[in-house]
Amino acid sequence: MEAVIRIRRFNPEKDKKPYWATYTLKDCEPTDRVLDLLHRIKWEIDGTLALRRSCAQGICGSDAMRINGRNRLACKVLLKEFGEKPKIQVEPILGLPVIKDLVVDMEPFFAHYRAVKPYLVNETPPPVGPDGRPRERLQSVEARERFDDTTKCILCAACTTSCPSFWANGAYVGPAAIVQAHRFIFDDRDQLLKERLDLLADPDGVWRCRTVYNCTPACPRGIEVTRAISEVKKAIQTGKRDF
Amino acid sequence: MITHQFDTIIVGAGGAGLMAALYASRTVSVAVISKLYPTRSHTGAALGGISAALGNEEEDHWEWHAFDTVKGGDYLTDQDAAEILAREAIDAVIELEHMGLPFDRTKEGKIAQRRFGGHTNNVTGKPVRRACHAADRTGHMILQTLYQQCIKNNVTFYDEFHVVDLIMNGDLPAGVVAVCLRDGSLHLFHAKAIVFATGGWGKCWEVTSNAHSMTGDGAAIAFRNGIPLEDMEFFQFHPTGLYPTGFLITEGARGEGGVLINGRGERFMERYAPKVKDLASRAIAIELREGRGIKGKRYVHLDLTPETVRRYKAEAGENADYYTPEYIETKLAETCDQGRTYAGIDPVTEPLPIQPTAHYAMGGIPTNVNAEVIADSDNRVIPGLYAAGECACVSVHGANRLGTNSLVDLIVFGRRAGLRAAEYSRGASFVPIPSDAGRKIESELNRIRTANGSTRPHVLRKKMQSTMQDFVGVFRNGKDLQKALDTIRELRREFATNIRIDDRGSTFNTEVLETWELGCLLELAEVTAFSALNRTESRGAHAREDYEQRDDQNWLKHTLVYRDGEEGLRVDYKPVVIMQYQPKERVY
Repeated sequence: MEAVIRIRRFNPEKDKKPYWATYTLKDCEPTDRVLDLLHRIKWEIDGTLALRRSCAQGICGSDAMRINGRNRLACKVLLKEFGEKPKIQVEPILGLPVIKDLVVDMEPFFAHYRAVKPYLVNETPPPVGPDGRPRERLQSVEARERFDDTTKCILCAACTTSCPSFWANGAYVGPAAIVQAHRFIFDDRDQLLKERLDLLADPDGVWRCRTVYNCTPACPRGIEVTRAISEVKKAIQTGKRDF
Repeated sequence: MITHQFDTIIVGAGGAGLMAALYASRTVSVAVISKLYPTRSHTGAALGGISAALGNEEEDHWEWHAFDTVKGGDYLTDQDAAEILAREAIDAVIELEHMGLPFDRTKEGKIAQRRFGGHTNNVTGKPVRRACHAADRTGHMILQTLYQQCIKNNVTFYDEFHVVDLIMNGDLPAGVVAVCLRDGSLHLFHAKAIVFATGGWGKCWEVTSNAHSMTGDGAAIAFRNGIPLEDMEFFQFHPTGLYPTGFLITEGARGEGGVLINGRGERFMERYAPKVKDLASRAIAIELREGRGIKGKRYVHLDLTPETVRRYKAEAGENADYYTPEYIETKLAETCDQGRTYAGIDPVTEPLPIQPTAHYAMGGIPTNVNAEVIADSDNRVIPGLYAAGECACVSVHGANRLGTNSLVDLIVFGRRAGLRAAEYSRGASFVPIPSDAGRKIESELNRIRTANGSTRPHVLRKKMQSTMQDFVGVFRNGKDLQKALDTIRELRREFATNIRIDDRGSTFNTEVLETWELGCLLELAEVTAFSALNRTESRGAHAREDYEQRDDQNWLKHTLVYRDGEEGLRVDYKPVVIMQYQPKERVY
């Protein structure tokens, strides 16, 4: 089958502003992914096309882009989704500066990630076994399950860059950073609860979320992002992780 | 060229690189240079688990883990390395838990463990629960946890800086050269110690579980700087790649009870008893070759449905009431997602189509157990140069790697690399940078950027990948290997003289860097085909149709291949370290 693909292109060395370029690809298969099409364009037609990708199997988080108006991972979108005569429009994710074509500056995104202290803090010396060697901290199956959903995050930025609050105000930490915070707030091994909640109670923290709900369908990992955010809000209100 | 200086430079930010960074940064100045954002590294794709003889679920001993590793490696494993791997795995896994890794738990709240192919109770020979796991995204959780700890410890990162060469001053390493993707600028990193943790080169093959970025940069760079490559003929084909993409379906799927079924509806595993990857891959390859694929196609089925799994478990006298659709959804979440997304098949209700897929490099940059790179068959150490993880050959995996041992390798030898590199940095002084440093790579990159021949790089890549798939795959023979070697050499000549590039710019010019990566792949493909042709026996993942037996008399030794002149290759050998486990025929 034939596929028509429109790509938002921009090369800062040549272009004053972004423009749409259209490519027609023959002999496509319904199981081809959007990433496969972008590769064919880059490899067979125009080598200057810039995009990020690595694993091509939905786990590295490199290739989040706006595909027909929705944030998706290009490696997880099959052509057959678009019918017999697929027409696909691809542009960079919104709210982050474009470097070239589909590549955006991820630094502001990772700065928000780092700001929520995305690491376990536990100052209590870990247990020691009968043989004198260190052992794991115990955690119940239920306690482990409590934060399972938010451990799936791959930092692709699909949620954050689908959020109107983030588009309006880049200082907002955004859904992805809150998901990361959630993963530690609800881990009963962590000892930084109060500081984490204080951090997110900041004016540019969790209250900038207006529950527009764009983030949840944008997540390629199926994380219930809006729910995680509302749980963090509740934790702030109650000052507890088990409310 | 912009110059930076650090005591220790780590190239690559997967499991091994981040572990090295965490340890080295405790005592010396460290920078991690990675062509990807660290969380994009391919460690994140590892699924099933990380083994350690914790004994949380049943009796287990690190000595059993060590023996399984040696046996799995078909006795090409260096036994000192296997012992270190198995012994240090225990503390390493506990340390990951302390760092925050969300392992699944037992009822008592300990780290849960499951069975994995080739891991056994050495007394009974039965499978043992040794693989620690976090759902089926263990690699993802390891990568995330290590990166989190690096942030906590303020490790310096140069993200999206692509290392393209090593600077040597005589026999000593002095630094590396990297391209900044964002603006194309060249950077020279001057360092006392350099750790390569750049991963494997599965992209040499057409059907592979590997990421696009798995192009063997570190191994190719070392090789171009006079360092040999060890045991390159041993490349693992994972039995369960999703058809037709090659994405890995975790071995944990079979660990949970999934069964392989051919086009005649037979559970053919029984006939081969394939509990180790090379045997299972060969079993599937034989089924396919002899026309017993599903509907005559190039795949067999991996059946995870409760109906099938419960039936077989009942036959084996096991209680399988727990094996419900919900159980599969939880334990094999990634697998369910993969099946639904990429094959349009729900593994809870239908079997998955699978085929063997190029997965893991056992060979690579030769190192000793301290991750120090060695230069020759006498184990001469190159001071200040280290390698760890898939790019390195310790050799802990021998002729074939046991499932879950790749993650153990990253953590155990990544840690050793970091510690040793830091220790060396503390005592050593900076080696002066030669005046012509980086000139050669700069001109090579310029050649690529301005290349105006007639062949697009991707044409060469495709040809290389199909050649490797057809002739340097699960089965090999002398005639085909020679054909592959000749073809790869032709492709290398074409690459050097007649490629065509569109992008002449500086900003995020991935075309130039992808093309440079293709040069690495071609170099490694050549060494792989050469090494495979040279080894006239079958061992582990290297299956020669014209030499079907393992030949300990002539081949119980490691291969070392050097570049000889511009285009030649030279082979040498290194003895296998054998301690308490004498080679035996491998029966499963």
